[in-house]
Amino acid sequence: MSKVLIVAEHDGTTLNASTAKCVTCAQALSGAEITILVAAANASAVAEQAARLQHVARVVKVENPANEHLLAAVLAPQVAALAGAYSHVFGPSTTFGKDLMPRVAALLGTAQVSDIMAIESATRFRRPIYAGNVITTVEVEADGPIVGTVRTASFEAAPEGGTAAVESADVKVDLPADTRFVSVSEAKSGRPDLQTARRVISGGRALGSAENFNLLYRLADKLGAAVGASRAAVDAGYAPNDLQVGQTGKIIAPDLYIAIGISGAIQHLTGIKDARTIVAINKDAEAPIFEVADYGLVGDLFEVLPELEKLL
Amino acid sequence: MKRILVGIKRVVDYNVRVRVKPDGSGVVTDGVKMSINPFDEIALEEALRIRERGGAEEIVVATIGPPDTQQQLRTALAMGADRALLIEHAAPVEPLDVARVFLKLIEREQPFLVILGKQAIDDDNNQTGQMLAALWNRPQATFASRVELADGKATVTREVDAGLEVLEVDLPAVLTTDLRLNEPRYVKLPEIMKAKKKPLETLPLASLGVEPRQRVKPVRYEPPPQRQKGVMVKSAQELVEALKKKGLVA
Repeated sequence: MSKVLIVAEHDGTTLNASTAKCVTCAQALSGAEITILVAAANASAVAEQAARLQHVARVVKVENPANEHLLAAVLAPQVAALAGAYSHVFGPSTTFGKDLMPRVAALLGTAQVSDIMAIESATRFRRPIYAGNVITTVEVEADGPIVGTVRTASFEAAPEGGTAAVESADVKVDLPADTRFVSVSEAKSGRPDLQTARRVISGGRALGSAENFNLLYRLADKLGAAVGASRAAVDAGYAPNDLQVGQTGKIIAPDLYIAIGISGAIQHLTGIKDARTIVAINKDAEAPIFEVADYGLVGDLFEVLPELEKLL
Repeated sequence: MKRILVGIKRVVDYNVRVRVKPDGSGVVTDGVKMSINPFDEIALEEALRIRERGGAEEIVVATIGPPDTQQQLRTALAMGADRALLIEHAAPVEPLDVARVFLKLIEREQPFLVILGKQAIDDDNNQTGQMLAALWNRPQATFASRVELADGKATVTREVDAGLEVLEVDLPAVLTTDLRLNEPRYVKLPEIMKAKKKPLETLPLASLGVEPRQRVKPVRYEPPPQRQKGVMVKSAQELVEALKKKGLVA
């Protein structure tokens, strides 16, 4: 039997959807007993949401004013202090989990399996390497808890409907004060979250300017879609970094992905492999994006976009 | 001496399309172009810029690998690093052991800052910097897109899922680089010549008292499932009809 500790990602009030995906991943371990750890200044609201996820046995709150901003250096010793009772310690493969989990693993003196996309046994996992161009299966030596990050695009979110018990843990470890939170840019769009949206419209360098991205935003709002961007568009300053889709940005799995003026560099395709339906609109008929698109349209985006806006 | 330690890894060049060996035992690397991991090049560039602004006096670049890895160290020296350390080891070393080796190098070199790439583009682990910071018991600022140093502190802008996060960390600390931190310089021929005279020290990994161990053993490699090529439509109208038929748009 596996005892799994999942470190919840949240913003202080709302549980991030990546946590529910970790729950689904953990369920692939036979006889998994799943505990969610909510570290926060005030953990009650988030703990309540975690307790409603199906298949969760227990939610453990670790409350401390130092946990207000979920700094890896502050969280890691607390997670490590609780980890001993578990066979697996998982976090999402988001920037939160990628920052935190290796620090936990090192404190435990153990290795980490990054970006778990499938579980074959309690010690055997599949994960992408070389920007998703190779899939490797690894066997982990389990001489302590196995630490892993979960590739969220590979798993559906666990549904609600559970009633897990919520308890508090008192973790007595020294917490460092040499890392201080200064600020985080506010999400301002009001559009669906890129990582969990069912529909995503992304733009590439062919959009030509930040102003032209407004064409995309208008269409996205009509469709209730999130907006993404290629690395080239972000590098050119047309869109902010948090919209970047791809190996070094966000890896997403929407039902519908519409790529507009994106040629389809390997690192971008890595980020959209798990999309159910991919639509590509590009004026270059030879663009590699057409190789993976379910529907392709060769055309000038400045003509196609207004047409789509009218038709939808 | 105000010193920055930069870690680099020799990886298959990012322009190479990697292929899985037919028997699934690994990835084809024979005769394939090898380069400095792009994120590590950004790490070195940042260190050089800090030195050029007067924020550091010496840049030491270190790597773990087979003797051939000297090539990448020479490139790093040509970019502008002052000294290079090759920790020689033929087999791959896992992130936890890389962190243990770098902790030994920190004890030896006493840097006020360690800069690493956020991940290597071969195994995509994204672990070493965080592990090193943990073992060193020092702050970490990962996925950095902007770094400012002043008064024994670093103010680091990080690329996170929510956007940009700013942290202030006391030095010494470990930074890991994201793509937009800087654009690495091109190496000019005279620098390549000059780099041949710069010190490059080789140490066997065993001499550092770290015994690497394989904890995550690869048992199989395979190409990812390919998506099927779909259909081409002629117009926006046809596209919208197709999407409506599949229930993807209302």
